[in-house]
Amino acid sequence: MQRRVIFDNKLLPYLLLAPQVAVTLVFFIWPAAQAIWQSVHIQDAFGLRSEFVWFENFQVVLSDPNYVGTVKTTAIFSVAVTALSLGVALLLAVLADSKIKGARAYKTLLIWPYALAPAVAAVLWMFIFNPEIGSLGRLLNRLGYDWDYRLNGDQALTMVVLAASWKQVSYNFIFFLAGLQAIPRSVMEAASIDGAGPARRFWSITFPLLSPTTFFLLVVDMVYAFFETFGTIHALTQGGPGKATETLIFRVYQDGVVNNDLGGSSAQSVILMVIVIALTAVQFRFVERKVHYA
Amino acid sequence: MLTRRTLGLSTAAFALAAGLSGMAPTMAQAQQKTVVEFWHGLPQPLGGQLEEVVKGFNASQDKVQVNASFKGSYPEAMQAAIAAFRAGNAPHIVQMFEVGTATMMAAGPAIKPVYQLMQETGATVDPKAYIPAVSGYYSSKDGKMMALPFNSSTNIMFYNKDAFQKAGLDPNKPPATWPELIAAAKALKASGASCPFTTSWPTWAQFEQLGAIHDTPFASQANGFGGLNAELKVNAPLYVKHVQTLVDMQKEGTFRYGGRDNKPDGLFPSGECAIIHASSGLRSRIAKEATFAWGAAPLPYWPDQIKGEPKNGIIGGAAFWVMTSPKRTPAEYKAVSEFFTYLAKPEVDAKWHMDTGYVPVTFKGFELAKAEGFYEKNPGADVPAAQLTRTPTTENTMGLRLGNLPEIRNIIQEELEKAFQGQQPVQQALDTAVQRGNVVLRNFERANKN
Repeated sequence: MQRRVIFDNKLLPYLLLAPQVAVTLVFFIWPAAQAIWQSVHIQDAFGLRSEFVWFENFQVVLSDPNYVGTVKTTAIFSVAVTALSLGVALLLAVLADSKIKGARAYKTLLIWPYALAPAVAAVLWMFIFNPEIGSLGRLLNRLGYDWDYRLNGDQALTMVVLAASWKQVSYNFIFFLAGLQAIPRSVMEAASIDGAGPARRFWSITFPLLSPTTFFLLVVDMVYAFFETFGTIHALTQGGPGKATETLIFRVYQDGVVNNDLGGSSAQSVILMVIVIALTAVQFRFVERKVHYA
Repeated sequence: MLTRRTLGLSTAAFALAAGLSGMAPTMAQAQQKTVVEFWHGLPQPLGGQLEEVVKGFNASQDKVQVNASFKGSYPEAMQAAIAAFRAGNAPHIVQMFEVGTATMMAAGPAIKPVYQLMQETGATVDPKAYIPAVSGYYSSKDGKMMALPFNSSTNIMFYNKDAFQKAGLDPNKPPATWPELIAAAKALKASGASCPFTTSWPTWAQFEQLGAIHDTPFASQANGFGGLNAELKVNAPLYVKHVQTLVDMQKEGTFRYGGRDNKPDGLFPSGECAIIHASSGLRSRIAKEATFAWGAAPLPYWPDQIKGEPKNGIIGGAAFWVMTSPKRTPAEYKAVSEFFTYLAKPEVDAKWHMDTGYVPVTFKGFELAKAEGFYEKNPGADVPAAQLTRTPTTENTMGLRLGNLPEIRNIIQEELEKAFQGQQPVQQALDTAVQRGNVVLRNFERANKN
């Protein structure tokens, strides 16, 4: 009964929804539909000649050994970035949350990297890692370690993982810190009185109570690693050496924008979309069961 | 509250009035003049210098107003132009890098070839005034000019004279052949140089130029000029021998791979590398940054792989393409042709060449720079033009006409990196590059068949 009083007008709720629906249609559904249309066509760069080819673009992409290699690289890269940025952020948040001198300053400093654009961050990393002009790069070479990410694929991958994770640590840190501050002190005190040490308190109380935050960040970080690390890779390695740091999103850009292959690039976008939808669904279905919402 | 609102209103009114009065004269001018939109892909400082050229044209007459706008790097400007064309809103002129030539030529109704523009508007830009290595790159199979050449460069060798001196080499006798370069690199290494030799633009310098200088095809069908069905030839013995040399030099520490495209540029002016193969356009940066004596020389060649003398090198850089749009009027095309006639003047060409380090694209421009004593004041600045004009062009030295050449360049760089890492032997790397590159060419052929 009460509901009817509030929404007396049948049109009003739709009207209120309209802006959001319009934004979704224009900025999400429309481009996604275009990508699907492009993915079943072969077209020249100027769109003058178009040929409907069913799923040939997908077939070509999926049977390309280089694409399979890129999928592997992306898997390693995403898992490494997610694990590293979550782990480091949690450690830092726990440390910053304890009673230490200057905790406030630490907290502020740790949030700073988030304000940097990925491309700018990548340039800063270059000043550290470049074998000729980078401080650390030069030092490593002087110490006799052969550091050159332009030719060593493993070094290049390590570097982009570090750079991409570093950006995301700040974001994770804010959420973990907020999560930690929401844990009731009384529970921790009770555990202390019962004789639980810091490690035991962390694993039995803090970690489970943080699980909603951790789960949320897991999803966000995974999406970040898939989509938003483009700027970092573009500025640092451009997918090289060879194809050692080429991720799926970088290849979509490379094929679509640089190589003018709209059909192939769109087919990859559609595949990428399916992968991320599937990953998120899996995370919600299986990981979320273990999450403890207070 | 009331006062604040009044204040706000009056400020708004004032701003509006100021805006209108500021706009009025420009609008009036725009109505009289034909406006030509010109999109370019040159970052600063070159972009600013290009805009100066445009300003010079605008000031030289009062009928046409050319608006130059920077649209990002070459690939980004290309994308912007393509997207604008698809939206029916293409600029009148777009600056396109040389590797996009085949894509533009295949674009059919999207572009208006320069020779056709000149016929329709009655203007004259003589193709014979241009250096053949330049005009050939932008001409159709039957020699008709498709785009207006403007900023062209080529690859040459820069070397550190101080480092040569230190290594006991004659600083006024740069290596002319590859065996000489290898010997020089060894001497440089023995004298303590950490990086005797590196190369910018690995594909352009060590494949495209190498093929041209040795009169060896980069691809079949006269490097693609003969048709869309061209296939890559970069796994031929010359290329294998050459890349194997680079791999061997890298192993013994006389060559350093410095990255893709122009990433290695900085290694020379900083004094890190003693010899670099780079775009002739690097000259102005070296002149500004290098704290040592340096020289410029033509690219070396393999005496045992060559018949007769080394041939002319090929160009890089960009040309100006005229784009079509449903809304275009004959007056606008006329305005474009007037701009092009201005750009083709020898004094404009010579000034651009001397200001920027790009090569002169016309013979008269080259002569003019000579007459002004530019090469006496800047020894070695004539090396690029000399290398471009030293022989008549053959079908292997006209340039490349391959679809999606940027992608092919990247493929070659990727496979090259794998060879330098020791992941695969040179022959296999180049075979893979050919195979992957041919897939790109077949896709281009298919997407552009009529």
